[in-house]
Amino acid sequence: MIREDENIIIQTICRILIPFIQLFGLYVIAHGHGSPGGGFQGGCILAASFVLIVVAFGLPEAKRRFSEKQVNLFSSIGVFIYAWTGWMALLLGANFLDYGRLSIILPADPVHARYYGVFAVEVGVGITVMAIMVSLFIDLITGGKHEEASE
Amino acid sequence: MIAEHFPALIIVFPLITAFFINIVGWWWIRPCFYMSILALTVSFISSIGILNTVVTQGVIHYKLGGWDPPWGIEYVVDHLNAFILVIVSFIGLLVGIYSKRDIEKEMPQKIPQFYTIYTLLVMGLLGMTVTGDAFNLYVLLEIASLASYALIAMGEDRAPLASFNYLIMGTIGACFYLLGVGYLYIVTGSLNMADLSELLPKLYHSKAVLVAFAFFLIGIGIKMAFFPLHVWLPDAYTYAPSSVSAFVAGTMTKVGAYVLMRVMFTIFRPYFSIELIPATTVLGWTAVAAMMYGCVLAIAQRDLKRMLCYILIAEVGYIVLGISMANRMGLTGAILHIMNDALMMACLFSVAGAIMYKIGNRDITNFRQQQLNKKMPFTMAAFTITALSVIGIPPTCGFFSKWYLIIGAIDAQQWVFAVALILSSLLSAVVFFKVIEQIYFKPREPVRPHNEGTHEEVVMDEAPMSMLIPIYIMVGGILILGILSGQIISTVIQFAVPASF
Amino acid sequence: MIEYIIAKYNYWAYIVLMMIGFYAMIGKGNLIKKLLGMNVFQWAIILFYVSTSVKKGGATIPIIQNGHGPVTHAVDVAQYLNPLPHVLMLTAIVVGVSTTGVALSLAIMIYRKYKTLEEDEILQIEEYEALEPEE
Repeated sequence: MIREDENIIIQTICRILIPFIQLFGLYVIAHGHGSPGGGFQGGCILAASFVLIVVAFGLPEAKRRFSEKQVNLFSSIGVFIYAWTGWMALLLGANFLDYGRLSIILPADPVHARYYGVFAVEVGVGITVMAIMVSLFIDLITGGKHEEASE
Repeated sequence: MIAEHFPALIIVFPLITAFFINIVGWWWIRPCFYMSILALTVSFISSIGILNTVVTQGVIHYKLGGWDPPWGIEYVVDHLNAFILVIVSFIGLLVGIYSKRDIEKEMPQKIPQFYTIYTLLVMGLLGMTVTGDAFNLYVLLEIASLASYALIAMGEDRAPLASFNYLIMGTIGACFYLLGVGYLYIVTGSLNMADLSELLPKLYHSKAVLVAFAFFLIGIGIKMAFFPLHVWLPDAYTYAPSSVSAFVAGTMTKVGAYVLMRVMFTIFRPYFSIELIPATTVLGWTAVAAMMYGCVLAIAQRDLKRMLCYILIAEVGYIVLGISMANRMGLTGAILHIMNDALMMACLFSVAGAIMYKIGNRDITNFRQQQLNKKMPFTMAAFTITALSVIGIPPTCGFFSKWYLIIGAIDAQQWVFAVALILSSLLSAVVFFKVIEQIYFKPREPVRPHNEGTHEEVVMDEAPMSMLIPIYIMVGGILILGILSGQIISTVIQFAVPASF
Repeated sequence: MIEYIIAKYNYWAYIVLMMIGFYAMIGKGNLIKKLLGMNVFQWAIILFYVSTSVKKGGATIPIIQNGHGPVTHAVDVAQYLNPLPHVLMLTAIVVGVSTTGVALSLAIMIYRKYKTLEEDEILQIEEYEALEPEE
């Protein structure tokens, strides 16, 4: 059992670092086409920031910020963003996931529309991966019993 | 306009609906079942549309993302594909309807999660059937496998351990498949199935291609529960929830057999699989062993579901025997048997689930005491008709597929295979008549004349309608499709067999 | 003979890793050790795929040099690694992580029921229960 005053160093440093970790995660998602990164990697970094909250501040604090309901909601929203981008292409007349067709509604030519389409699905993938990684971590450390979460 | 997008619709609609069910299930539980049935109905209608298009117009090529193959992923639907798509979506829909009362009784607090994962499982199997790209098949194979691990673990007492064993073995199988795809990619540089079948013939002498073929066979054999690699199946399917067993028993092994046919006859040309390396001989003899093993061990079981699992292993042996005969009759029998076996196994496992729902245990020696023939006459009638179909008695559909298999064995001059087929029919007759005797024929213990005053009347306590109707649709299918076998073969299966036979 | 080993050292490395993982899956009795073996098995395959994307002649990572903004100069393909196996293995890594997650959840369920994670002890408990079923 760690006493409260021993946590001061860890909590202060985490309080400073966690926003930067999240910013870095978003950067990795956005720059997947030009440098190592992409949806999955950025999502994992975002999830790591929540794991750091659990480690430093305890589970109830983390659940206050990102509850179980929101985790489920986020995981489904990411899949919807991905599927909706493909579905739009279907509705506009081309095959599924044909992002070039999105140039009809986006102000860009077909080549750039593919670029924006890939970016949209990467965002979707990142959100889903973050939610699932956090959910996996919390499920495994509480042994599936979310109500008995302590420290 | 929407008809040309059916190959994408058949997968996308269940995918989106599964995640909708996940969200909606947090607030209202009632819509989850209806949304799942809606998605499966849309898939079923799309699969019928696809079959229609393929029969009238020919092979469908659908490019995902507008990229031409071999740079992009392509969905190729020919007669074999379309046939199996209809079967899988049909059984998915029926078992989905069947599962309503069953899930409400077995796991009432996990209803949204069950329907999410069930829809994803059906989507994974449909995707495996419709894709024309080797790596995309691996991804959808893993989606279906992960969904089935989770669903099986929701079952009875030993289910988590059985699911863990299934997980370990299933991952080995999928990894072997991935290695096979990797080896083919290294030597040819392509992942598209049609492209591989054109690039590979120049490379048949290379050892990497031979090893890739071996990896494919082992990996698919594990997933299909083919004889020496079947060890995960009895435990996993016995302890799973009833609806889950009914669905996976009917479809997962059959889709595995379809992937085997694709690998042996589309990616590697039939010349390779039959003459260059004697894969068909090895598969044929192993299939004979599978049939004998399955039927003999089924006789020894007390639990109804476990007995059906061993019969399933024997049925997979039939299908692989048909594939290994390598002539037109044998392959026709194998493809017809895929359809028949899917219906028969789904129906048998549904009946076992109905018995479990009403009585609470599945011990065969207990059936007479429970007086099942009086309590659940309709369910037992369905069981009897399906048992007759497994044994192979006309006019049920099981007779026709065994007929084609035996003619195929005689055509290939493999007398041992023909004898093995007939012998295994006899053994399955022993297995099923044992159960039918317990239900209908075993004499009751004599009633003491003067002790009990009242002779208690057994009231008919039949399974609920939402469980009976899917069972009877499947039984009706078994009878009708048997009579229509000739027409099915002449319109669909005749073109599904690769042309060089 | 020696060039078989030195020239194809990536194949040898992945075979050794794969066999270690495979032995752990089969030979060990603890469920978590089986799971670790499965993980090593999958990661060996991923490493193998990635190692096959290398090209001779000093190919560099598949990110276009001087590529900020719209790229208008022609790209020399022989200079860059083959990016396709990397992309395929991204999917395989995700699949491996999900499988590990599901397997760990199953292990928690098993532990809660049997209070042990050794396979032979679990089978003993099952036989014991089968012989004397609880009413």
